[in-house]
Formats: sequence, C-alpha cells, structure tokens
Amino acid sequence: MSKLMTWIDERFPLTPVWEGAWGKYVAPKNFNFWYYFGSLAALVLVMQIVTGIWLTMNYKPDAAKAFGSIEYIMRDVQWGWLIRYMHSTGASMFFVVVYLHMWRGLMYGSYRKPRELTWIFGCLIYLALMAEAFFGYLLPWGQMSYWGAQVIVNLFSTIPVIGDGLSTWIRGDYTISDVTLNRFFAFHVAALPLVLIALVAAHLIALHETGSNNPDGVEIKKQPKDPKTGLPLDGINSHPYYSVKDIVGVVGFLIVFSIVVFFIPNMGGYFLEANNFIPANPLKTPPEIAPVWYFTPYYAMLRAVPSFLGTQVWGVLVMGAAVLIFFALPWLDNGAVKSIRYRGGLYKSFLATFLIAFLILGYLGTVPVTVWGQFADGFPFHGADRATVLSRVLTVVYFSFFLLMPWYTRRDRTKPQPDRVRWK
Amino acid sequence: MSKLVRILLASLALGLSLGAGSALAQDEAGLSLVPAPVDRLDDASLQRGARDFVNYCLTCHTAKYMRYNRLEDIGLTPVEITDNLMFATKKIGDQMTVAMTAEDAAKWFPAPPPDLTLEARIRGRDWLYSYLLGFYRDEKSASGWNNLVFPNVSMPNVLWQLSGTNKLVETEYEEHAKAAGAAIATKGLSMLEEKPGGKYAVLTLAPDVPGTMTRTEYEAFVADLVNYLDYMGEPIKNKRIHLGIIVLLFLGVLFAFAYALKREYWKDLH
Repeated sequence: MSKLMTWIDERFPLTPVWEGAWGKYVAPKNFNFWYYFGSLAALVLVMQIVTGIWLTMNYKPDAAKAFGSIEYIMRDVQWGWLIRYMHSTGASMFFVVVYLHMWRGLMYGSYRKPRELTWIFGCLIYLALMAEAFFGYLLPWGQMSYWGAQVIVNLFSTIPVIGDGLSTWIRGDYTISDVTLNRFFAFHVAALPLVLIALVAAHLIALHETGSNNPDGVEIKKQPKDPKTGLPLDGINSHPYYSVKDIVGVVGFLIVFSIVVFFIPNMGGYFLEANNFIPANPLKTPPEIAPVWYFTPYYAMLRAVPSFLGTQVWGVLVMGAAVLIFFALPWLDNGAVKSIRYRGGLYKSFLATFLIAFLILGYLGTVPVTVWGQFADGFPFHGADRATVLSRVLTVVYFSFFLLMPWYTRRDRTKPQPDRVRWK
Repeated sequence: MSKLVRILLASLALGLSLGAGSALAQDEAGLSLVPAPVDRLDDASLQRGARDFVNYCLTCHTAKYMRYNRLEDIGLTPVEITDNLMFATKKIGDQMTVAMTAEDAAKWFPAPPPDLTLEARIRGRDWLYSYLLGFYRDEKSASGWNNLVFPNVSMPNVLWQLSGTNKLVETEYEEHAKAAGAAIATKGLSMLEEKPGGKYAVLTLAPDVPGTMTRTEYEAFVADLVNYLDYMGEPIKNKRIHLGIIVLLFLGVLFAFAYALKREYWKDLH
C-alpha cells in the first residue's frame, strides 16, 4: 500500500491534497450538534447529483411526455420509484440542512471576520440552490410545476419598462411552454449543478484558509501550540476524529431521510404536492398556487407588500432584498463576541424574534391569506385579512433583525469570551 | 444550550407537520368527509376493487399509466387478468385505456372524464370514498344528479342501480355551535353551510329509492373501489413500506456501531 502511495505521490500530490482537504485539517475540538449540517449538505448534494443522473436516463424534457415519463419512472423503471423519491425528498432535505447550517452560522457568528468570504460563498450557494430547486420543480410538468413557474417568471414582468420583455426572454415564449421546459431542464441538470459544485469548492477553500469557527467563537489559530502534537491547544485533526463523528451524523440523517422516503414521501403535501399529480393544464389555473415550503417565507413577504404607484414591483423587491440581505451580515454585526454563548439578552431576543418571524412567515406562505379571516369592524385595519397584516408586521421584524443589527450588537451587554473552548 | 436545541428541533418538527392532513389543500370549509375503511394489504379487497374498476369506471375514465400485468401485484394471475379484466386490448402489458377518443369525450361530456391513475394521490382516499357516497338526486342539475362533496360535478351517479338514490336533507340552525354539533352527530358525510340571515344549515343525505345493494353492501363496494384506486395511484406502496422497515432496522444497527466507533476514538480527547 505504502509503495503504491509513494508511486502515486511522485506523480500526483494525492497525500498532500488529502491532508490539506481533510486528513490534517485542524478543527476545533468542541463542534456540537449544529456542526453536522455542513457535511450533510455535501452528502445531499452528492445524492441529488447521483439520483439526478439516473432520473435523466428516463425523464423526457418534452411538454407532451414529461408528466408521463415521471410515472414511467415511478412504475416501470427498476427502482425508479426509489430514485425519484430520494431526489424529491433530497430537494427538501437540502433546504432543511442548509437552513440549519445557516442558523448555526447566525448563532455562533461564523460569518464574522475573518470568514466573510466563506459566508458570501455560502449565500451564493443558497441563491444557486433556490434557482436549482425552482428550475427542477418545473420538470414533473404537473399543475403546481406549471403555475408555480408561471408565478415566479411573472415576478420579473413587474419590473417597470423592461419587465414584459424580460419575462418573455426567460420563458423563451409568451407563456410557460415546451421551450421553457427544455431550457429549465438544461439549467437544472447542467448549468446550475456546475455552478453549485464550483461554489461549494470556493466555500471550502475559503473555510480552510481561515479555519473553522466553533460554538465558543474562539480563534484556535491564535492559541499557543501544544508542544507534543504541534496543533493549537483546542485543535484536533479532522481525520479520524471528525471522520468518525460525521459518520454518526450521516447515519442519523439517513434514518430521518429514510423515514420520509419510505413512509411519508409526500410529507403531507409539503414535499410532493397533491396538485402536482395533475398534468399541467395551461387553461386551468388551480384555486391556490403555493410554492414548495422552502420558498414560503419569501412568498408570504411578496404577498404582504401592497402595490402602489401602479406597480407590484415592491413586493418583488422586498422578496429579493430579504434573500440578498444575508450577504451584508458580516458588516452589520458590531458585537464584541461571536457566539450566542457570550452575547447579551438584546442580541438573543432579536435572533429569537427573527427565527419566529421566519417560521410564521413560512407557515403563512403555505396557506391562503384568508386563513385567519378578517379584522372585525371597530378594530384597526377592519376588513383587512389578519394573515396579511401579520405578514407585514413579520416582514418588518425580519428586516429589523438585519437593519438594526449595527445598533443592538453594539449596545448588547456581552460576557467576556474565554481563551479556551468549552466542551458542552 | 441543549434546551435551545430541543426548542428549535420541536419548532422545526412543528413547522413540517403543520397541516399535514388532507391531500388536496382545497377550500372545503364545512365539509366533513367519511374516513375510507380500506386496508392496503387486503388483496381480496383490491381484486374486487380492480374488477369493479374495469367494469364501472374504465368505460369513460382511463388509467393510462397503469398496465394490466401490474395487477399481478395484488395476487392475480396473467390468465385471470386476460380472461376477466381486459376488454379493450389483448396485450397484458398494455395500459388501461378506453376506446373513446379525447375528441369524442370533449364533445360528449360537459367536462372530459379525468384519467384516474393518480386520482387517489390528488384527492386522497377519504375524499374519494365520500365522493362516491355523496351523490343525490337533483332535478335542477343537467344530469339529474348532484354531489355533496363535489357540488355541481358533471359526472352522473353511474352506480345508482347498485346504490339506489339519495335525497338531500337540509336542517337549519340558529347558532353555529348547534349546527356544528349536529354535523358531528351525523357521524357521516355532512356539509355545514352559512345561510343568509345569520343562520346555518347542515346538509346530509338520506336514502330515497333503494338499489340492488343494501347500504352496507354498497359501502363495502365503494371501499374496495377506493382501496384499488389508492393502490393504483402508487402500486409500489406496500413494497416501499416493507423495504423501509428493513432499511430502518439496518440503519439502527449501523448507528449503534457508528456511535461506538466515535466514542472509541474520542475517549482519548480531553
């Protein structure tokens, strides 16, 4: 074995590449539960690529055949049902792990100096993932695929002057059609996976340059080195320690993933929507068009913003800003410490309120605006939908987490950050 | 911190499970469906359902993603399928289609009969069961029929000779609470409606002219049919669930080993 490795290393730097990427990558020893989701996101990415390749072998990107080809995969292709459910479940689970990964970043201040670029590459991955999910969702060519794509592409037509031309250019037609399906297929299976892989590489390269953050926000690179191991006092090699730990995370994740794939692949209509088992019908608009759950917080904001000055573009701008504002996070945070463990009550309150707002907006995006009825006469806003009014309030809460951050992180009464990490 | 973790996991689980109820998120306020008494493992029921499906449904409706030989899943032999269930084709690998063309269907019916392969995935079992029990006589409608679950549906009650006919019974209540109580007390299909003047009505069905089957027989007939439709929507379902149990058992064992391995490596770290 070692002879073979020497032979290879003389011709290709296999050992240095492995050691740089993982084997001798020094990580803080106090990673907790929240640190599983990075490697899990990588796992899901690989799983989506592999199942996607196999789906492509039998899927037909053709408006007349696409819907039927999915049923063909589900019924006639050997193990096609499993591959398809893995892919559809994987799409949702990708967002689950990415949201938890981002939440980890928020809790422990992982976006802060010197990891700004890691965070920005991560935000770009999130954007690319949204695009990838959106393009992929058209491919089954069901009613929700069709009308969801119609709604999203029409968002672009709200842009003054160029809007109509722009949305026609995106569709390649005056309506969502076979042409649109073909180009979305190309984006979904070729263009965006390449972008995603490149961004993931950049994300990891940047991370390995700065080293990982940890639940205490302690910079282990600034610690004195242990004379015996030559590693920082609180640092360990990823291999074997995080190799064996991440395997536990992977198996735990696979248990949750398998429960969905094998027992509840529809996830009560959240992962696979009932309406999407009806073939796309351009002449029949479904009574309710709701996006898949991972877009619903933004969809709720879109619906909440009223149109004025004769255009609906404001909702689109708010929705776009809600996603893009994540990029600014490293420069909005003036906190004296990184981790929530040493932050004061002010930051914790804002973060908790933000999370609650995000979750409620996510719920409201899945239901009609009439879900909670209207305010009765005699109340302020009488006649207005309760859900819409609440969505507006929560949209303000969402943005205030970011926009007030320079103020409340500076005012926050933080605790001193220790020099060494804690285990728990 | 572990408390925070628990709260967050709980809220995530809550978020995922919210409204994980009915299949189609349609606004059917006031409608109480009857739970379909079906058993996905009951091959005899599925076979009866398949027989009734090809006899009563597969004349106007297609099931174009379902192949006849797939029925071997539910314990039928190729000979049984060919001899008893195939009227429109001779090839057992063919899909369940009908002789009627889409053009003719569009001409003959107010709305073309939908393909039924995936109907159970679209509507859900309880909806289908309630729908097939929900027909009543309505002289005002074009077909002479109406449906409590799907008002003004263009499909007539093609099973009326078996089921007999129902009539609509409307009871008015002054208060919402009383009407809701009465709707629950029917223990069957009912519809609660708001009436002008702040009143509430509970709509239920009552048997009118008897059919060739008793009420109980007809309910069992519909249950078999719905069981079959549910099977046809996802023929792999039983295998999927069976395999899922094996996969989870395997992963459970693997998890124990993975955890033990991790503990073994990490015990040296302090």
